[in-house]
Amino acid sequence: MRTGVTIFPGSNCDRDIMVALKIITGKTPIKMWHKDTEFPNLDLVIIPGGFSFGDYLRCGALAARSPVIKNIKNHISRGGAVLGICNGFQILIEAGILPGSLIRNKRLLFTCRNTTLKVQDSMKSPFITGLKKGDYLNIPVAHNEGNFFASEELLNELTNDGRIAFKYVKQTNSYDEYNPNGSSNDIAGILSKNGKVLGMMPHPERAINHLHGGTDGFQFLSKSFQQIVG
Amino acid sequence: MKLIVNISLKEGVLDPEGQAIKTSLLNLGFKNFNDVRTGKQIVLSFEKMEENEAILEAEKMCQNLLVNTVIEKYEINILKD
Repeated sequence: MRTGVTIFPGSNCDRDIMVALKIITGKTPIKMWHKDTEFPNLDLVIIPGGFSFGDYLRCGALAARSPVIKNIKNHISRGGAVLGICNGFQILIEAGILPGSLIRNKRLLFTCRNTTLKVQDSMKSPFITGLKKGDYLNIPVAHNEGNFFASEELLNELTNDGRIAFKYVKQTNSYDEYNPNGSSNDIAGILSKNGKVLGMMPHPERAINHLHGGTDGFQFLSKSFQQIVG
Repeated sequence: MKLIVNISLKEGVLDPEGQAIKTSLLNLGFKNFNDVRTGKQIVLSFEKMEENEAILEAEKMCQNLLVNTVIEKYEINILKD
């Protein structure tokens, strides 16, 4: 399986996801610097979390207009898979690859903690097919702008087309509000129309080793990779 | 010439920063206002360009990068010296 990880000035989860990819696939992913335009054909591109371009203008706005994104759009039109995590999700939305908007967290707090996600009854997607509908995943979030905002019309469309991948749900024994950012309909991750692009605010690469406090991210990533390679 | 682009959140889009400022103003005793909405301002400088041409250019910049039209609205004004 050939994977690539984009790197922008200010990306800071690129190393973590590369370590996870190496552990799971056995191969080191290629690094995709934001100015580069030539890449070999890949099975999966991951846009990692961080603060690309210092979150200037709007989170992900400048990264979404950088040269590497043109290559990612070509990759998508070839049917390639893309996973955008946190800032990666913001970049996918700013690039117009996923719809909606990610606005400031409702309570104005940078939220860094574990969340519980429920796998939705979504469309066919390599990121979801390996999981069981209704399963719970414990995966942490760490963001300031993760509040998914969309028109009522778009929310209905996403729901009816099965494009909502994950929702935040209540954890037992937790005093925290289960929805960490005020996201519409508790949305934590959405899919593209063809199901091959997933944007999610939680960080699966931060839950791949028991020392992280859980391995649900490992489960999610390895099942996704199995589906992508087919 | 210079153009000012004022960008603000559309009505109905949550502005938690505005709400936090509102609370602080109320705490300071300012009671004669209804609401606070925040935004940002971008100043564009043009050289040797007709006013209309510059405004058209700024309009394109807003659509392509400066504004997220899903949640934001904007207006372009000429900065008088």
